[in-house]
Amino acid sequence: MALVSVQDICAYYRTEIYGISRTVRAVDGVSFELNPNEIYGVAGESSCGKTTLIKVISGNIKPPLKVYSGSVNYHFWSHDVDMLHISPEELRDNLRWKEISYVMQGSMSVLNPVRKIIKTFEDIVDTHEGIPDKKKFFEQAREHVNRLGLPTEVLTSYPHQLSGGMRQRVAIALATVFQPSLIIADEPTTALDVVVQRGVLQMIKDIQAMSNNTVLLVTHDMAVHANVADRVMIMYAGRIAEEAPTEIIFNAPLHPYTQHLINSLPMIGERSNKVSLRGAPPSLANPPSGCRFHERCPYVMDICRTEVPELVTVRDGHRVACHLVKENSL
Amino acid sequence: MSATDKLLDVQHAIVEFHIGGLVGGSLLVAVNDVSFSLDMDRPEIFTLAGESGSGKTTLSRLLLRDLEPTRGRVLFEGRDLATIRNRSEFKEFMRKVQPVFQNPFETFSPLRRVDAYLFDTAVNFGMATDRRAAVQVVDDALQNVGLSLEEVSRRYPHELSGGQTQRVSVARALISQPKLILADEPVSMVDASLRMEIVNLFRKLRDTQKVSVIYITHDLATAYYISDRIAIMLRGCIVESGPVDDVLNRPFHPYTKLLIESVPEPAPKDREAWARHISLGTTEVKEYGRVGCKFAGRCPQVMDICREIDPPDVQVERRMVKCYLYTEHTGEPSPGKPT
Repeated sequence: MALVSVQDICAYYRTEIYGISRTVRAVDGVSFELNPNEIYGVAGESSCGKTTLIKVISGNIKPPLKVYSGSVNYHFWSHDVDMLHISPEELRDNLRWKEISYVMQGSMSVLNPVRKIIKTFEDIVDTHEGIPDKKKFFEQAREHVNRLGLPTEVLTSYPHQLSGGMRQRVAIALATVFQPSLIIADEPTTALDVVVQRGVLQMIKDIQAMSNNTVLLVTHDMAVHANVADRVMIMYAGRIAEEAPTEIIFNAPLHPYTQHLINSLPMIGERSNKVSLRGAPPSLANPPSGCRFHERCPYVMDICRTEVPELVTVRDGHRVACHLVKENSL
Repeated sequence: MSATDKLLDVQHAIVEFHIGGLVGGSLLVAVNDVSFSLDMDRPEIFTLAGESGSGKTTLSRLLLRDLEPTRGRVLFEGRDLATIRNRSEFKEFMRKVQPVFQNPFETFSPLRRVDAYLFDTAVNFGMATDRRAAVQVVDDALQNVGLSLEEVSRRYPHELSGGQTQRVSVARALISQPKLILADEPVSMVDASLRMEIVNLFRKLRDTQKVSVIYITHDLATAYYISDRIAIMLRGCIVESGPVDDVLNRPFHPYTKLLIESVPEPAPKDREAWARHISLGTTEVKEYGRVGCKFAGRCPQVMDICREIDPPDVQVERRMVKCYLYTEHTGEPSPGKPT
């Protein structure tokens, strides 16, 4: 059974200033499921709704963001949770950090610069479980970081003493203190260089393999998805363009946007001419009619301008939203 | 070859920063004995690549004369940058060397129209006497990057896409008809679907405008795609440099090998190799302060000598490698040769 099932989420940012209302349709009719024991990748350009989707899934919905329709249901082994109708107290006491944890992009801004790392550990553990025995807690924290391959010294260091990659791995260590069922990683390696990126992603993969939980990995870097994710979802302008197992996304992509994303990636040892798409990503405050990709699509047809393509299943586990693709065609 | 055949000549440049308190503290050598040069009459794209904290940006500040080297010299068209003393000489230098920065949305003030920057640059560098006369100059520069004044005029940065703003930023750099453009991570903040147009633009500028480009990046895939030569930096040192085909297709230095192996391939066929474990440096300061080769702590082929004495620059084929594995001692067994 799926760990999280997201049904037809419509989450908009609505602002009203001096009677002028503006609606940004950041996530518009998105449905998907996260299975236990997998790494699920979400790819897409900046401002395509990736972060809003995370906010909805993690129950972090604050005005002006509002969920207009849909549902997010968690199925933990002991109980089910309806994320959109949960009290803030229950979310804080029982779910956050214990079942769902979050790794953010800028680890420097996550860690308090004037406190040692161990103090941040202490804060988190104290808030969620309480620390009856300081000595025992320190021993557990040490065991935890060592298990993740970090040296014990990091606990007694200040954030500025650690390198960018080490800080990001500390942030991941913090997120996994309670062995959560779902780890949400939002662009965890974007600011890092390739060697450090590799180290950080290996750590995420190791943790996933160790505790068999689910990782929701959000990044715009397709090459990262190719190497880490089990399944990948491609988002474009607040909608799902394509979703499939990683092998299929890279070897047989069907949506023109996915095809472009993969073909435009430069590779060492290959120097064929790479081009950009015409136009720019659309504004979500005023998205194009019909298929939101039609203005930039090389295969645009008349129907694309007026009708929204449905997300159809072309084969088991492979869903595409494009008028060129017919249901069960493969 | 005399010094004036070189457009840019960096000779043993060293930059040291003092870190720590007023008393005590330590020296951090951010740029450690770096030398390279660009030819005057052969425009090329030269990539400086390396991980964050490898001294790429400090080196670029050196080249822009934003920072003076602690030791060593930087020559531009045969002239030592340290001898530039007055404002007009510096302006003449700025006219010939122009920067393009990382984040297009931070380059321009959100409250100012982007074309204002273009007109200001044209007037400041004397390319036109006033705003009206500058229209032609500005439009030409914009045409070179595939835009026109009509598209850009009276627009604020938020009204343009990231790719367009970055192209305006390149157009601004082109106004003074520079000989050298220094692009510090110019595509890392641009959307994936628009990234290649910026990268292609640099190649076009090299061919049509005869501008040399120093492309500073940690993205080896785009570096391979556009550059002619590449220098790999590690903790302030250039560890390997040479033609990009040689260096990236057949890396010699163990660090370059690690770097190339770590570039994730956009194809899920080689996942196992990429997932093999690597060791990371814990702290940057530690590696900077290391005696001998900076990579010794992480190198799989480390020898005793690597930890003691700085490796020399070795010329192998068409490239330079800073590694004991390639020192030539044929007769006697050298301390540096692996057994």
